[in-house]
Amino acid sequence: MALVEVRHLVKHFERGGGFLRAKSVVRAVDDISFSIEAGETYGLVGESGSGKSTTGRCMLRLIEPTSGEMRFRGEDVLSFDRSRLRAARRDMQMVFQDPYSSLNPRMKARDIVEEPLIIHRIGDRAERRDKVAELFRLVGLDPAHLLRYPHEFSGGQRQRIGLARALALNPSFVIADEPVSALDVSIQAQVINLLLDLQERLELTYLFIAHDLRLVRHICRRMSVMYLGKIVESGDSASIFAHPQHPYTRALLSAIPVTDPDAPRQRIELDANLVNRDAPLRELAPGHFAAV
Amino acid sequence: MDEPLLSVQNLTTVFDVPGHPVVAVDNVSFEIRKSETLGLVGESGSGKSVTAFSILQLLQHPGRITGGSVLFQGRDLLALPENEVRKIRGAGIGLIFQEPMAALNPVMRVGAQISESLIVHGLANKREARDRAIDLLRAVRIVEPETRVDDYPHQLSGGMRQRVMIAVALACRPPMVIADEPTTALDVTVQAQILELLREMKNTFDVSLLLITHDLGVIAETADRVAVMYAGRIVEQGPVRDIFRKPLHPYTQGLLASIPGEGTGARLRAIEGVVPNLATLPPGCTFAPRCPYRMEVCTTAVPALVDIDPGHSVRCYLHSDRAEARVMTTPVMTV
Repeated sequence: MALVEVRHLVKHFERGGGFLRAKSVVRAVDDISFSIEAGETYGLVGESGSGKSTTGRCMLRLIEPTSGEMRFRGEDVLSFDRSRLRAARRDMQMVFQDPYSSLNPRMKARDIVEEPLIIHRIGDRAERRDKVAELFRLVGLDPAHLLRYPHEFSGGQRQRIGLARALALNPSFVIADEPVSALDVSIQAQVINLLLDLQERLELTYLFIAHDLRLVRHICRRMSVMYLGKIVESGDSASIFAHPQHPYTRALLSAIPVTDPDAPRQRIELDANLVNRDAPLRELAPGHFAAV
Repeated sequence: MDEPLLSVQNLTTVFDVPGHPVVAVDNVSFEIRKSETLGLVGESGSGKSVTAFSILQLLQHPGRITGGSVLFQGRDLLALPENEVRKIRGAGIGLIFQEPMAALNPVMRVGAQISESLIVHGLANKREARDRAIDLLRAVRIVEPETRVDDYPHQLSGGMRQRVMIAVALACRPPMVIADEPTTALDVTVQAQILELLREMKNTFDVSLLLITHDLGVIAETADRVAVMYAGRIVEQGPVRDIFRKPLHPYTQGLLASIPGEGTGARLRAIEGVVPNLATLPPGCTFAPRCPYRMEVCTTAVPALVDIDPGHSVRCYLHSDRAEARVMTTPVMTV
């Protein structure tokens, strides 16, 4: 059984509206389904406005989805009441994109990492402090810097603090929303390697949300491509890269800058007329689905 | 060989932070010829953007140019009075910024922003400038330029705003354009379109381009030559093929190796450590603390930039034996 199963997830935002003016509905997430096996890193790819981050936030109910199901270990998280949701969130955590805005600048690094333990009433003060020091070492931070503030750390170190906080409650499932896109190239690889190491040591399952297709192909065996709120293609990353079926996926793959000055470049422009918004996902090759 | 259009020699820019001056740009030298694209690549804090701002003398306090020269069409911009430099900005060297929403004036119609420099530089009257603005919007592939010319920036998408920025930069037909991370804030597909447009504009308008970016993919697709900056210094410079096929500096090698490849699940080859704080730079090679090939000499004195192949130079002791004579004659200045 899959660890995480998203079924027909929908999130509509109402926009505008006012005196004598009708509201309009933005279908940010428009009926998407996918499942993640225990221990795997599943990729969710798309550009801004595709709904990929909204999907991640709906899965943890950081925003409430309009309808659908989010099954975790077989149980529908969307049906949980407050106390059950609170307990479930210990097992599902999130790492955010921007290590500059997602850490409270007025809190010491130690307090940022300790906070989830306090909220969930875990251990006494001494035990919690030990746990924080252990988490610091786990993510490659120096426990000597426990009392520093976020601005005293580099971007890569801040992302490690965010990761230590996410891991404080020993979750089994972590949603990483563009965890390295704000970091320098040489630091990105360090953080990706750390994520892979931690996955092995702690048996973590990841949902990796990103726009960087090269990175997603590298670390995710399976992935889904989102476009305007819908999954337009999903399956084995290798298969999607080798034989993209949806016009959007083709355009997206052809847009990746190639780090080879002599590589032939063939940009494929997305022809909006080729996209049928109502086409259902069809299995075109074993395990490879596309909405064409 | 013809004169370079822009020749930057030993440019040094210091930020006067109380207590310890920070050398953000340290003896940077490069040339750009007519119709050529030089890619200036580096991570945050490498000094690549400060270099661009120094060339146009747009530095803000406490930044200050302490040495070197910037020869543009044979004139040293650093020796010119401010009103002369102002004539160069826009008319001689156009500038494209990373964030079009921050660089464009939100309460000014895009047409007026494009024609502003034409009017300021006395190249057109108001009506002609509007017609030129429409032509430029058409040139940067904006649909219905006749109506878009009266739009405000917020009415345009991110990609269209960057197209407007390119139109602003090209308005006075400058022989050179500096583009500072022109595609970084954009989505992948829009980024590809803007790169395509930059290449096209380069040919149509025959401009030289100084392209500043952290993205090696953008460099590989656009640049003729590449200069790699690390902690304020150029550590390697050469033709784009040399840089990608046989990188010489361990930092360049590390950057190229850390790009995700085709394999799945494997560890990436990361460069260990962090970019040094410019206020407390290590003595010698600034990359030495992170370098897998570090030798004793690396932490004693700054290696000189030496030519290895024609037009391909590197600042690294691993290669200094191949050009020992030059090391002896090249003075290394420290501030």
